[in-house]
Amino acid sequence: MSEITETGKRQAIPDRLGTPVSRLLGSWEVLLFGVAVVIFIANSFASPYFLNAWNLSDATFNFTEKAMIAFAMAMLVIAGEIDLSVAAIIALASTAMGAAAQMGIGAPGLVAIGIGVGLTCGAINGALVSVLKLPSIVVTIGTMSLFRGISYIVLGDQAYGKYPADFAFFGQGYVVWVFSFEFVLFIVLAAIFGVVLHATNFGRQIFVIGNNEFAARFSGIPVERIKFKLFLLTGLMSGIAAVCLTSRLGSTRPSIAQGWELEIVTMVVLGGVSILGGAGTIAGVVIAAFVMGLVTFGLGLLNVPGIVMSIFVGLLLIITIALPIVARRIKHMRTK
Amino acid sequence: MKKLLKHRELLLVGIIAIMVAGFATRAPGFATPGNLANIFNDTSILIILALGQMTVILTKSIDLSVAANLAFTGMAVAMLDAAYPGLPLALLVVLAIGIGAALGAINGYLVWALQIPPIVVTLGTLTIYRGMAFVLSGGAWVNSHQMTPGFLNFPRVSVLGMPLLSWIAIVIVVLMWGLLTRTAFGRAAYASGGNPTAAVYAGIDIGKTRFFAFVLSGALAGLAGYLWVSRYAVAYVDVAAGFELDTVAASVIGGISIAGGIGSVAGAVLGALFLGVIKNALPVIGISPFAQMAISGIVIVLAVVFNARAERRAGRIILRDRGAKEVSA
Repeated sequence: MSEITETGKRQAIPDRLGTPVSRLLGSWEVLLFGVAVVIFIANSFASPYFLNAWNLSDATFNFTEKAMIAFAMAMLVIAGEIDLSVAAIIALASTAMGAAAQMGIGAPGLVAIGIGVGLTCGAINGALVSVLKLPSIVVTIGTMSLFRGISYIVLGDQAYGKYPADFAFFGQGYVVWVFSFEFVLFIVLAAIFGVVLHATNFGRQIFVIGNNEFAARFSGIPVERIKFKLFLLTGLMSGIAAVCLTSRLGSTRPSIAQGWELEIVTMVVLGGVSILGGAGTIAGVVIAAFVMGLVTFGLGLLNVPGIVMSIFVGLLLIITIALPIVARRIKHMRTK
Repeated sequence: MKKLLKHRELLLVGIIAIMVAGFATRAPGFATPGNLANIFNDTSILIILALGQMTVILTKSIDLSVAANLAFTGMAVAMLDAAYPGLPLALLVVLAIGIGAALGAINGYLVWALQIPPIVVTLGTLTIYRGMAFVLSGGAWVNSHQMTPGFLNFPRVSVLGMPLLSWIAIVIVVLMWGLLTRTAFGRAAYASGGNPTAAVYAGIDIGKTRFFAFVLSGALAGLAGYLWVSRYAVAYVDVAAGFELDTVAASVIGGISIAGGIGSVAGAVLGALFLGVIKNALPVIGISPFAQMAISGIVIVLAVVFNARAERRAGRIILRDRGAKEVSA
């Protein structure tokens, strides 16, 4: 019977919730924030170049693009779905922008194309999941292969360069002092997503769907329509991330953003979003973005190769999910 | 239900036959027995992996780490062979299967004991195993001249007109058929995917069944690791990158339900052959090999749509089966 009680979302409601302060201190976000501070301090000891405003500003580029997608992915995961095609959408959107740039289209047109491709891909995923009622994990594995595959057909082993000069602003520009356009966009998006998820009807409905889709339908929540919107939103954010990334790199290869879907899912899960759906916060994802950005940037300063870093990311993913489960089990054994 | 499944495999055979006939009109040599045997040999590794993947999917799980497992084990045995040319081949093959099974057991343990969703576990171990292959090799390649001739030639030895690689695949197909249809484990695998709640009441340990499915998938990936490295005569970190998707695609095309509990060995084999025929035909009919990724993507999506149609019960379902949701988590 352990199968049903443990993977299910039924949880015992404790008799006392504790004081607001103790609850806050015990929350995942505060714990994660502590981890971020520790990594920050460790980094500043590990490398003398770390504590420098410009260097820290550079470090943010490590996670801003991924975090933008992670916000939308968090909503999707909370609603009980997942989108593994996000990195492939970036590749396709970037390829489309590259092709357009070769034809001499200016920066505003390129942005519109990138976002348009993102929305289209999101709509395809959304339609397959919500209209045809297919499991999102397989659908997005399929579309992941399809979207990136189209990039490979278009580009093969070639690359697009030659983007217009004013297009560079989105990935390389600074708004004020060391605050890059990407970082400001990241903060603004975090605020918007935080409000939408935690302070609107729409956000509440997402939680309801993730906690109990069955009950959500009986309460008159348009489950399929909301899921479609969430896939559309994830596509939109992938398109925006594609604009930023393409602008930052100034070139497009079909292998662009390879493996990002894993890092984005890791970010979401590390941020305390339940992979089974129904729980999570945007604040957690923001802190998780900082943690992952700092870890990879710190390892980069220590000359650790990217593929070894991916071991850390994989371990981080499994450990962060396993820890609460193990902790809960130990607690459970004690109360018994 | 059984009739439908039978029907589906016949349908696949028909589609593959039509495809072969179609390609033969463009390239006359395509449908000759020799070329078809070549395609089978070329698809052998995919067939082996798809059978492991299928067993895992039957139990309502998914194993995305097979290709990374293959890369790590392949690298490990290739390096062993290069460093100690005296090691007997049989030992290396057993080692490959053993390492693969151990990596599969890690997946299985995390799924079984910690109840972490399989998709998360194997997404994590996918990067970890491939990263380990890099750490093990330091990013270096093991080239054909470093490996012993016995190690390299084993899959190519011709027995009764077919290379040993094809025979290994055939033996595994038969063994897997026996395992899934004639043993308690096979029945438990179908039951724990088809209806977990009922399986628990019937006294089946779902966690344990999933664990052994992952071990099996890992062991087959390990064997495939040796076969891959010796067949292509090179081992490097990015060997078989993205191949896990092909194994999922082969399973889905073969009618194995991603929600678990439905599917047959014949289906998985035919699904793999379907992809194998396309892969071998593309260059023959003059389509860029870069198109292959997009084609598999379309085929996966279409196969999922098709499967969902076949599985959908008559009448309008307003409330989906709650058991079926779990895998998407």
